[in-house]
Amino acid sequence: MPVSLAASKVIFEALKECDVRLISALPETWLVHLIRMADDDPQVTLVRLAKEEEGVGLSAGAHLAGVKSAMLMQNHGFLASINGIVSFAHLYKIPLLMLISYRGTFGERDPWQTQGGNVTESILRSMAIPYSILDEPGVVAKRIRQAQTLAESSLQPVALLLTRDLMWEE
Amino acid sequence: MLRLDCMRAVYSELERCLVVTIMGATAAELHSLGHRPNFFYLQHAMGLASSTGLGLALCLPEQKVVVLDGDGSLLMNLGSLSTMARYRPGNLAHIVFDNESLLSVGGFPTATSTGTDLEGIARASGIPKALTVRTVEDFKTAVRDAFGQNQLTTIVAKVKATGPAGYVTDLSLLENRFQFRRHIQSLKRS
Repeated sequence: MPVSLAASKVIFEALKECDVRLISALPETWLVHLIRMADDDPQVTLVRLAKEEEGVGLSAGAHLAGVKSAMLMQNHGFLASINGIVSFAHLYKIPLLMLISYRGTFGERDPWQTQGGNVTESILRSMAIPYSILDEPGVVAKRIRQAQTLAESSLQPVALLLTRDLMWEE
Repeated sequence: MLRLDCMRAVYSELERCLVVTIMGATAAELHSLGHRPNFFYLQHAMGLASSTGLGLALCLPEQKVVVLDGDGSLLMNLGSLSTMARYRPGNLAHIVFDNESLLSVGGFPTATSTGTDLEGIARASGIPKALTVRTVEDFKTAVRDAFGQNQLTTIVAKVKATGPAGYVTDLSLLENRFQFRRHIQSLKRS
């Protein structure tokens, strides 16, 4: 499978460096290595979800418990989480570190993934969620650290978009 | 059976727990019995109270966590039952007040009024223990057992579709949220 193991490793190590101890995830192709790494790491609690919106509640519970968390999902999963983000994370000022695989952009071969890419960034902007696009492994560690710092200081959700260039080796 | 009577019956036991409630009548009624810093009222995000309780229970295995859920909220996030069942923390008690109604938004009947069985769904989702209670005495026993046996339990409490006249309390949402988190921090220090 051409999902980048190296990039996944860099992302996972960065999350560990940020003291992330709970990761919620809904499997998707680009996230397979990350989810396996979280599952194999005894210091990390991996929660496999039925639907991504549950992850907002999980992360809120973790935050209230004083534990740092991250959410792994596809952009369609982000779209499925919008009400939870607005009516929980925004309403109660809950930091969320959302790592979102950015499907449906240039290079996308799967027809069923193509619509989510059209709307992801405009929806993030309209929700006033700070986000950054990760397309190169060299910036990943620093950007994840910065994203978490902002989430914790501003008490709000932030998003990192994991791109094809970062996650896929063709 | 009234939801308020159920809450009153276990109120003293809730003192030792972290409690997450759903919005509307459930939050207002618990608040009316006397707010405590270990109560968090999720005043929106229907369906996510159980997910929040799961997050708390997994992160704080030494604490007992109680979710006061409702039929309308749980029906919006039935997948949560399968996620809770998958990790099944023994320190989590999932109480569902089933009044067969979306009471807080106008009293529209939910699917439990036409036969949907939340206890059955919980059991089939893999929740280790699921039961339905119809008397306050049975409710009290079920809550005690849930923690006594250290086993994830979904208790479906069949209650009347009645609630308080209003749902707004004098506790602001953010005040509640910061107080609750600070309370948990104080537990860790002690």
